[in-house]
Amino acid sequence: GSITTADGSALVKLGNTTVICGVKAELAAPAVDSANKGYIVPNVELPSLCAERFRSGPPGEEAQAASQFIADVIENSQMIVKEDLCIANGKLAWVLYCDIICLDYDGNLLDASVFALLAALKNVQLPLVTINEETGLSEVNLKQKNPLVIRKHPIATSFAIFDDTLLIVDPTAEEEDLATGTVTIVTDEEGRLCSVHKPGGSPLTGAKLQDCITRAITRHKEVKKLIDKVIKSITPK
Amino acid sequence: PPCSPVLSVCPGDTSVLAGLYGPAEAKISKELPDRAALEVLLRPKVGLPGVLERSREQLLRQTCEAVVLGVLHPRTAISLVLQVLSDAGSLLSCCLNAACMALLDAGLPLTALFCGVTCALQPDGTILLDPTARQEQEARAILTFAIASSEKKVLMATTKGSCSVEEMQQCLAAAQRATDTIFQFYRDSVRRRYSKC
Repeated sequence: GSITTADGSALVKLGNTTVICGVKAELAAPAVDSANKGYIVPNVELPSLCAERFRSGPPGEEAQAASQFIADVIENSQMIVKEDLCIANGKLAWVLYCDIICLDYDGNLLDASVFALLAALKNVQLPLVTINEETGLSEVNLKQKNPLVIRKHPIATSFAIFDDTLLIVDPTAEEEDLATGTVTIVTDEEGRLCSVHKPGGSPLTGAKLQDCITRAITRHKEVKKLIDKVIKSITPK
Repeated sequence: PPCSPVLSVCPGDTSVLAGLYGPAEAKISKELPDRAALEVLLRPKVGLPGVLERSREQLLRQTCEAVVLGVLHPRTAISLVLQVLSDAGSLLSCCLNAACMALLDAGLPLTALFCGVTCALQPDGTILLDPTARQEQEARAILTFAIASSEKKVLMATTKGSCSVEEMQQCLAAAQRATDTIFQFYRDSVRRRYSKC
């Protein structure tokens, strides 16, 4: 991947918007009420270097809302089933820290973040971990690495709305500032809706919303082809 | 400062208290030159507001910004504070209803009213409106819509879980049908409030 020290990483450029995602895997004890589940912790950061509007300091509303959106997409699409991250029931499980950092903000953060996350997770190679029966300690075998089981491939498509008449796909920052609203549709390869995210903005009729969904499903196929091509081109030796 | 506290109760004992302050003088860092700056604060029942509350505040704020005629009050600040009193399911739509009633009660100029409806898609495919917490957990997908009163257009949409496109359209149609009852309730409440004096 792009980050050599991470377990999986990907850099995505959508026009000028540049987002990098790094996945670090660590070991932890699973929660008491879900002993067979691991954890996935996404975090979206909008540092002050990516755009003038973001000041340094605690994460702003946009970063927090984006983090929540990514967490929802992972949960809704079931792209990674938490049970797959469990190593030993009740004793040991993987925690995947997914850090998504925007390096250049030119609109359409959500689409780029979801792509970067998907590509980074496909790039992850986890070492084999076994629990030694006698000592009860975990043994990590760094020589034997397996990729993650990714069950679904959710892809986000964002639209900028102008007064219910005009819809622009993949808006730039300037288009987003002038728009009266935004819609983000996340679909998976079966054409199922993983998320319809319309955070306020000017009202849309049901028909217009359906139009957005149809275009999102078409775009899904194109993007999936691109991701598959890139992943195949970096097959490990 | 004068504020209009509004209590919103949704079916199933979910209740949210809304307080609206404004249009009042805005801090220089927050004021916008051509319209009012709207701010929403959502306080959970227990604990400090976290990432989920921030995400919901963004949804509520942008929904309110779409209906409030902010251009009539430039360089002012409108603050909407929502306190969750009890959560028995359909919390987001309860917050939306509380927000709209607070805007109505405060007498702010609006282009349309809006109401929140939550639809739960059960595992067998039936659609349930305004689910309880238990029904939300068992559901395959939960869709929350904010529907505007003019032409029943969709102001806000958010989904949890996955569903097919047809199911989403069915939920939207069901939500649009349900808005009649809610808007009638708004009218009755306002009528009751102002007929006393």
